[in-house]
Amino acid sequence: MTNGDRIPPDPEFVQLLDPDGERVEHPDYSVEFTPDEYRGLYRDLVIIRKLDAEATALQRQGELGIWASLLGQEAAQVGAGRALRPQDMAFPTYREHGILHCRGIDPIMPLGLFRGVDQGAWDSQKHKVHMYTIVIGAQTLHATGYAMGITMDGKVGTEDGEAVIAFFGDGATAQGDVNESFVWASVFNAPVVFFCQNNQYAISEPLERQTRVPLFKRASGFGFPGIRVDGNDVLATYAVTKQALDNARLGQGPTMVEAYTYRMGAHTTSDDPTRYRAGSEVEAWRDKDPIKRMRIFLTKAGIADDDFFTQVDDDAAKQAVELRERVLALPDPGPLSIFDNVYPGGSPLLDEQRAQQERYLASFEGGH
Amino acid sequence: MAELITYREAVAEGIAREMRRDPDVVCLGEDIGAAGGVFKTTVGLFDEFGAGRVWDTPISEQAIVGAAMGAAMTGMRPVAEIMFSDFLACCWDYLANEIPKVRYMTGGQVTVPLVVRTANGGGLGFGAQHSQSVENWALTVPGLKIVAPSTPADVVGLMASAIRSDDPVVFFEHKGLFASKGAPAPPDHVIPLGKAAVRRSGADVTVVALAATVPLALTAAEELARDGIDVEVIDLRCLIPLDMSTVLESVAKTSRLVVVEENPYQGGWGGTVVSVVAEEGFESLDAPIKRVAAANVPLPFADALEEKVIPTVDKLVAAVRTTVAY
Ligand SMILES: Cc1ncc(C[n+]2csc(CCOP(=O)(O)OP(=O)(O)O)c2C)c(N)n1
Repeated sequence: MTNGDRIPPDPEFVQLLDPDGERVEHPDYSVEFTPDEYRGLYRDLVIIRKLDAEATALQRQGELGIWASLLGQEAAQVGAGRALRPQDMAFPTYREHGILHCRGIDPIMPLGLFRGVDQGAWDSQKHKVHMYTIVIGAQTLHATGYAMGITMDGKVGTEDGEAVIAFFGDGATAQGDVNESFVWASVFNAPVVFFCQNNQYAISEPLERQTRVPLFKRASGFGFPGIRVDGNDVLATYAVTKQALDNARLGQGPTMVEAYTYRMGAHTTSDDPTRYRAGSEVEAWRDKDPIKRMRIFLTKAGIADDDFFTQVDDDAAKQAVELRERVLALPDPGPLSIFDNVYPGGSPLLDEQRAQQERYLASFEGGH
Repeated sequence: MAELITYREAVAEGIAREMRRDPDVVCLGEDIGAAGGVFKTTVGLFDEFGAGRVWDTPISEQAIVGAAMGAAMTGMRPVAEIMFSDFLACCWDYLANEIPKVRYMTGGQVTVPLVVRTANGGGLGFGAQHSQSVENWALTVPGLKIVAPSTPADVVGLMASAIRSDDPVVFFEHKGLFASKGAPAPPDHVIPLGKAAVRRSGADVTVVALAATVPLALTAAEELARDGIDVEVIDLRCLIPLDMSTVLESVAKTSRLVVVEENPYQGGWGGTVVSVVAEEGFESLDAPIKRVAAANVPLPFADALEEKVIPTVDKLVAAVRTTVAY
């Protein structure tokens, strides 16, 4: 019932750090980082993996309703997240916990959402990250419209202009919305980067259920460039995304980035991937781990040593413990909060329902 | 006594029976093949019927339903799955404008014998976009038939009628019922569309329910029986065709009506039921009609909040008591 030993060789993609931790050159993309920046990227990767593992554990213990793990996709998210400038706007799916981290959003926010105590509502103006979007593909059109809006506001066309990034998966590329957003972004020359994390699966369906051509090649048919990057290579993902964002902010229109990666875990905690894929495939991808290659590279280049790695692990573990405590302490929402934010000025029928509910709740007080 | 089966097993069983009987029946949807469906409602179909008749599709609700219509025009009987009923909104053109109108607009020449199955309803804490009860959306569209079974045997019997129907059917499978158990359907079980079932007969008040509100109403009826209130529970099973004669007969006997529906009060299907009773059964009534429906708000994630929004046994019991005390 699985796909057998379906482990294709790596396709052609932009890579700056190979799985063995060797830096490789690319004619069109090069990046220089300071030692601090290199260490910072490593730290990001380790922390988001650790917090993600903690969230998975919390779900297993019944403390979260569900969790969509980013395991395996850390480099794609940190590469893209760190390439964003403060003024840029991001439109995530439900798996972009690494993007939230890079935008300075407290990790308790998505956990409140998955615990079900609130809508996870971080300040999207302040952090410039829209809410998690679960209806597949819808955010690509939100991003496109937003990109058209900032263009009309005159915020595009300079080196310090604004850009927009839309995240979506390989499965989402089959949705009409996503293809329509490609048409619109192209025709309106909208400053948006379509960042597809091709993690090879849409729940149980492998990539070949969604496409016969490499995803990044779709872009050319819509009239803008598409590029594939090794999504397990944080350096390459950063370089490619940064260039795409800069092109957008300068007014040069959209780019599609396909970050070629792998979903190491289940689709969500409700899913059992052994029903549809072989363990050997997962093992083969383990060799391409995004963190391992950075660690080898940093060690060989003398940028970090064991003390540093231990320190990062300890910090991550500490953050995970803190996060757990804070999740368990999240207050349950008040019963009347169901009426909040439906109609800002109220509505007669809704107001009557709220009043009824208030009377009903009050009937339990005072001795009943 | 035969072993009980779950509602979710009954879905796969109902489809499998029709696929064995009629080679024109095919299934399409997201994750319905090797994975057996995200709700495990298509387990076994891929093994038995193969990739030729069980199609794992790209993620596009428009394409699933739009292509099902095209396939149906060739004489196939597609059974299309939309994973969550909330996502019917993603393919609404096909459901509102194309599929229900093709027979009408071709002067009866073209029919599309298809079924759109979908996991519907709340109570599981899935939040605003994965929990809605949306039978009422389809109720606004002449040309669609609407089925929403409450028991495993009904799932099988109504699935048979839905697949055999020459006109399009939207088949709502309630997520909150998937794990519930009941007697298996007998061989060749077929329940005609548009026949309500009286699940419990009673003399004092009629409660009209659908899908997950049926077991809820039965539990409430037991509780009320302890206080001597004798409730008749009607399971509509279908909204189109709508069996109002069973409801009107019952109200003629009990003189009191409470409707319990999971969709929001505003625009809910109960509004249609009570308006017919108001027009045609007014003289039978001894008390104002009551509707127990969801609040007019999106569904929250939190379990404790969700039950504040949707109907519960307690809310229904309270409504029945008010009606009886009138
Ligand atoms: C419109 C819509 N259809 C179906 C679903 C159910 N669903 C949730 S995630 C998913 C797969 C998405 O796959 P992909 O786009 O590759 O992203 P990934 O989850 O792998 O990151 C599906 C079908 C949904 N949420 N929205």
